[in-house]
Amino acid sequence: MSVIHLTWNTGVNNADLDRLRAGDAVELNGRVFSFRDATAARLTRALDAGEPIPVSLENQILYAVGPSPPKPGQIIGSAGPTTTARMARFLPTLFAAGVRAVIGKGELHGDEMSGFVKSGAVYFAAIGGLGALLAKQISSADVAGYEDLGPEALYSLEVSAFPAVVIIDRTGRNFHETARVQWRRR
Amino acid sequence: MIREIDVATLRDTVARLIVEANYNIPDDILQALRDAVAREESEIGRRTLEQLVRNYEVAAAERLPVCQDSGVAVVMLEVGQDVHWSGGSFQEAIFEGVRDGTKSGYLRWSVTGDPTRMLKPAGGDAPAVIHVDLVPGSDVKITFASKGFGAENMSALKMFVPADGVAAITQFVLDTVDRAGANACPPIIVGVGVGGTFETAALLAKKAVLRPLDVRHPRPDLCRLEAELLERVNGLGIGPQGLGGRITALGVNIEVYPTHIAGLPVAVNLGCHSTRRISASL
Repeated sequence: MSVIHLTWNTGVNNADLDRLRAGDAVELNGRVFSFRDATAARLTRALDAGEPIPVSLENQILYAVGPSPPKPGQIIGSAGPTTTARMARFLPTLFAAGVRAVIGKGELHGDEMSGFVKSGAVYFAAIGGLGALLAKQISSADVAGYEDLGPEALYSLEVSAFPAVVIIDRTGRNFHETARVQWRRR
Repeated sequence: MIREIDVATLRDTVARLIVEANYNIPDDILQALRDAVAREESEIGRRTLEQLVRNYEVAAAERLPVCQDSGVAVVMLEVGQDVHWSGGSFQEAIFEGVRDGTKSGYLRWSVTGDPTRMLKPAGGDAPAVIHVDLVPGSDVKITFASKGFGAENMSALKMFVPADGVAAITQFVLDTVDRAGANACPPIIVGVGVGGTFETAALLAKKAVLRPLDVRHPRPDLCRLEAELLERVNGLGIGPQGLGGRITALGVNIEVYPTHIAGLPVAVNLGCHSTRRISASL
């Protein structure tokens, strides 16, 4: 199985996202911003009210994660993905603010998915419960905002060779849906 | 003969268990994942299972939390009725143990004091859910679990009626797993609780999901139903992490209890592949 390497600096390149197809295995290299329930709610509230947010989301990638505290000598504690669907209602606002892709885990269907397709956003799933290994693919972790939210703070994370699978691509295919149909016993 | 136990012993045991549970996946689950690598037909599924096994090996070797979601502490105790607890509050000792272990083990604090989120700040956290069964004798057995919420959120309970029967139990299990899909972090463990009252069914399902995979139900008919449900769940095609494949679940465990002649409560509690549990005796 071949792996597509996706690398970006300040923002993700549109043409790179265009090339991805549902089911592609990828390795991600670049900066992502973390978000969870409380982070997404606060970002969305600020954006809706026209108030400033701590970082620009233009051409950015969000990672649904709330890491464990680092042990001495660690950059970050365990840092696997959390369920994306819990934050789905906030995503249209975050897409409008410039978010181009989301890394998380779990399924998105119906309205949750159509938001991605309408905005041309890509959904990557990382492996849930891979926290100890995925922490090793994060080379820096800094709080970029909302520090009071603790594990739900907005972190700026540098990821390298971070493994994921394309679930929703820009053509509107959903790999969770097609994979299940392919493997279901009738 | 009354046996005196200082609650400090309970506190220190809980503090040790929460750390060990979060660093070391139970042997039976790790073995089931290794076996699943050999049985999974989908390439992406196999690769996913291999990475999960590697994650557990690295977490154990380097003493790291297997998952950032160290969950809600579920503490189930069988307490001999001849035990007397001294030195403080039994419940507070468990809470203290959870607080101590969470801190010393660098585990994420994942509990909010107020589920409605209306209190700000939400203080006074009770960071554990505690279930006590009183049994004859003077022994104490603790089963500790760190229950992550990816799978917990996808659990379900339904009050059926007697005429619905085993067919309804089967369909409800399949529907719950299918709806959960990748969200429950498959390959999952399926705990099914049948009988009692509304809350009994849920507690039975929790006990079922925490039963080791190599322990089958002693009743032959239920043991067969467990095997049949596992095969049908694995026919759903969800596969490891919902990426498609044959291994959606590692096991289906059923627990039953007598119920009303008018009822058939059924609860399905899902456990992710990282269903962290550990036992100890005092």
